[in-house]
Amino acid sequence: MSTLETLSPLENYAVRLGDDALVLGHRLSEWTSNAPFLEEELALANTALDFIGRARMFYTYAGQLREDGTSEDDYAYQRDCRQYTNLLIYELPRGDFAFTMARQFMLDVFNLDFLKALSESKDEALAAIAAKAIKESTYHLRRSSEWIMRLGQGTEESLERLQHAVNELWGFTPELFAMDELESNLLHEGIAVDRVAVHDGWQSQVSTLLRKAGVTIPDTSWQVEGGRQGIHTEHLGHLLSDMQFVQRAYPGLQW
Amino acid sequence: MSEDNMHLYEVFIRSKRGLDHKHVGSLHAEDSEQALEYARDVYTRRNEGVSIWVVKSSDISASQEDDNESFYDPMDDKPYRHATHYVLPDSVNNM
Repeated sequence: MSTLETLSPLENYAVRLGDDALVLGHRLSEWTSNAPFLEEELALANTALDFIGRARMFYTYAGQLREDGTSEDDYAYQRDCRQYTNLLIYELPRGDFAFTMARQFMLDVFNLDFLKALSESKDEALAAIAAKAIKESTYHLRRSSEWIMRLGQGTEESLERLQHAVNELWGFTPELFAMDELESNLLHEGIAVDRVAVHDGWQSQVSTLLRKAGVTIPDTSWQVEGGRQGIHTEHLGHLLSDMQFVQRAYPGLQW
Repeated sequence: MSEDNMHLYEVFIRSKRGLDHKHVGSLHAEDSEQALEYARDVYTRRNEGVSIWVVKSSDISASQEDDNESFYDPMDDKPYRHATHYVLPDSVNNM
């Protein structure tokens, strides 16, 4: 394996999508043994595994493009914070249950549309990964949108927590729709998804359900970006130190 | 999070087309829609099913142990209810 410093555009794109999936999968896995009750814990763990599985497929494909034996584990465990290119919304701490579900809902709506577009990519491998993931995301969205209604129409406290979560998350959502040069070029080649084209549908679907649940849509007076450039929140480093500890302490360890 | 609003549900899963739904266990959920999803998440993780039923446990009427004598003992002395009780006439060959 080489140093993973220079990535070809297509490899880079696959790694980005893998990073998004892995980081969210890890955040969801943090509910294991901490969830409110057993049934929800298993449901969250299942969702976590869906995302980690998705990350594995993207990383494996990226490694194949490299043709130097780079494996999924190399991407997951051998890169530092600045080399991770996930969008910031994926790495935010899991927060309370309302925060986890509000983020999940926003990302499920986004991912479903994104994956549908990716499943029509000219790149057959990416299209195949997307086609498989669509089924998972369809179920994720079913669950998260039900939770939004439950929390919004539950108690005063659950609505308050949901509103708080939406306020916290809102400024991180514009990054989902930002295109940089790399993705614009790949879009031109028919490979990447046009994030801008997904925005309006997302905005209306998310706002409609949140309003129905009793949430006030925040004014976007602030927004944060930087994930694709490796400029992360202070939270990602802690996540990685947890996730990568064993491979860092005992390189190449297998069990 | 409060668990006060949660009900107990019984879960039935059909493992293959053509087979019957079988009772596989129970779970807690707020309503039947959620129970169905939790049944999927808790009981079909290893590809166990193609169809799920959930039923509120309180909606099931069950016979009681105390009823056993009056329910089942009277059947002990009624062998004529079994087909094997009857001797076939020789003229009936294949049945």
